[in-house]
Amino acid sequence: MTIWTRFVAIRFLRLALLLAGVAVVAFALAKLSPVDPVTAYLGPNIAKVGPEQRALIAARWGLDQPVTVQFLHWLSNLVSGDFGWSATYNAPVTAVIGSRVAASAALMGLAWLLSGVIGFSLGVIAATFQGGWCDRIIRVYAYVLASTPTFWIAILLLMGFSVALGWTPVCCAAPIGLLPGEATLLQRLHHLILPLVALSILGISQIALHTRAKMIDILESDFATYARAQGASRLDVALRHGARNAALPAITVLFASLGELFGGSILAEQVFAYPGLGSATIEAGVRGDVPLLLAIAMGTTLFVSVGNTIADILYVVADPRIDLASDAALREIGP
Amino acid sequence: MTLLSVDRLTVAFRRYSGLIDRVDIDCLADLTLDVARGEMVALFGASGAGKSLFAHAVLGLLPPNAVVNGSIRFEGERLDASRIAHLRGRRIALVPQSLSHLDPLATVGRQIGWAAKRVGRKGFTREDAVAALNRFGLDELFLESYPHTLSGGMARRVMLAIASVGDPDLVIADEPTNGLDPVNAEKVFGFLRGFADDGKGVVVISHDLAAAVASADRVAVLRDGALVATEQAATFMRNGGEGLTPYARALWRALPQHEFRA
Repeated sequence: MTIWTRFVAIRFLRLALLLAGVAVVAFALAKLSPVDPVTAYLGPNIAKVGPEQRALIAARWGLDQPVTVQFLHWLSNLVSGDFGWSATYNAPVTAVIGSRVAASAALMGLAWLLSGVIGFSLGVIAATFQGGWCDRIIRVYAYVLASTPTFWIAILLLMGFSVALGWTPVCCAAPIGLLPGEATLLQRLHHLILPLVALSILGISQIALHTRAKMIDILESDFATYARAQGASRLDVALRHGARNAALPAITVLFASLGELFGGSILAEQVFAYPGLGSATIEAGVRGDVPLLLAIAMGTTLFVSVGNTIADILYVVADPRIDLASDAALREIGP
Repeated sequence: MTLLSVDRLTVAFRRYSGLIDRVDIDCLADLTLDVARGEMVALFGASGAGKSLFAHAVLGLLPPNAVVNGSIRFEGERLDASRIAHLRGRRIALVPQSLSHLDPLATVGRQIGWAAKRVGRKGFTREDAVAALNRFGLDELFLESYPHTLSGGMARRVMLAIASVGDPDLVIADEPTNGLDPVNAEKVFGFLRGFADDGKGVVVISHDLAAAVASADRVAVLRDGALVATEQAATFMRNGGEGLTPYARALWRALPQHEFRA
């Protein structure tokens, strides 16, 4: 067995164990939560339903059985591809997640890309002109925003651009009264701007600070000094040596920060009532929609874990110093 | 004509001692040294004697907290920050100490190409890069090599090739034989001697006294950052170092090949 097949096999095994662990914990938390699924399902109709009927609904859903039986039942359905029925949206969980992922993918994907590109550029600029006014502005921006909660930024943006200036819509992914599918691309982009800005702002500052620190190390390295001894200008050293050497760690951080991106999207989507996966998560939580909530938890686990694995692999694949054919390459990152 | 003329060069580092007091720590004191075209001068000193600072001071690459006094002239013209920025690579080249001076993520070929761009060489081709490598005994295959695959001796040759790309008038080599076996060390000294024989000035910073004496014209001996003496290399060879200053003589006689007669 080659080193890579072993690597992939062990990663898959670890992922399976992780998913199983998350399944147990998430299911246990859902069971321990004070939200009763039957009450949540009935909503205002609770007044019209007697205890007998409630027991009937509970029995129909299998809630009268022991917790372990419920868990195994859910797990076996999951393995066969049946994620259950979302009571909140009155649709199969897979359909709900499918439509939500499409809306969130644009938001999160663009935010991810923007925070990578802008954050990296800002970091490179700040380090190149370290101590100058440019560096100061970027640093203050990054520190202030890195320590600001996303939802607060989102509310400020909403108050400024949507309420006071009226440049951007107040909510949703499409004009009110239209389904997202019916809106034009321009309308959809118009609705995407604010959530995107809110979500990107945080990522930008993280990548910028990380890149700046890495760049400063590189600019003080022997090979940067040597480049200057060869007559290289400051910009030449920053781009040829600094940016190239800082790019790899920045990409790694970008992949490893997918979890934070997802967390940020939950808050941003909630504030802007953007119908993505994030707002579905909150809905599912508040309404006690256990199948949807669990499916989202599992999906997020998969998403973040794959992102981290990509970051780990990139680290060895893109670095010429690490010989891919040798065991040492993978010992570096662990299986 | 004197190519490089260093007069009473002092390098100190400013450090804060406590919150307010500043102290200057002298690392190189009152160094006076001339280098002519066609001449190879060795700057010898034990570790920590401030040898490497000399190279960085001449090239204007000292960190911001360094305080430099005295004068450095190149072809009679005083080297200030803007003048040296113009001469780096083009007229004065550095051959650095170790492998860590090559960018780990770029091939040797690319780094030679970059060096050519930096000295403003137009139309620098792959053949030119190969020629630069060949001159120092490396073949074409090294163009695709990454620095981590090079041995210390190969890296030194690559850095010599990079130095030669700008056809400089003065070459400063910082510990060019550190970590090399005697055979490779002798070759590197030979290449540097070649620069001098081509009419360039060469300064070799080294703690290998025997090798320095064997190929340099003059040897400047440093002790704790101060110049003890500048001796003709030939003086070392005559009668076991008779006529040398006492410190230089003690160093020379302490070498293993002279039976450790310290």
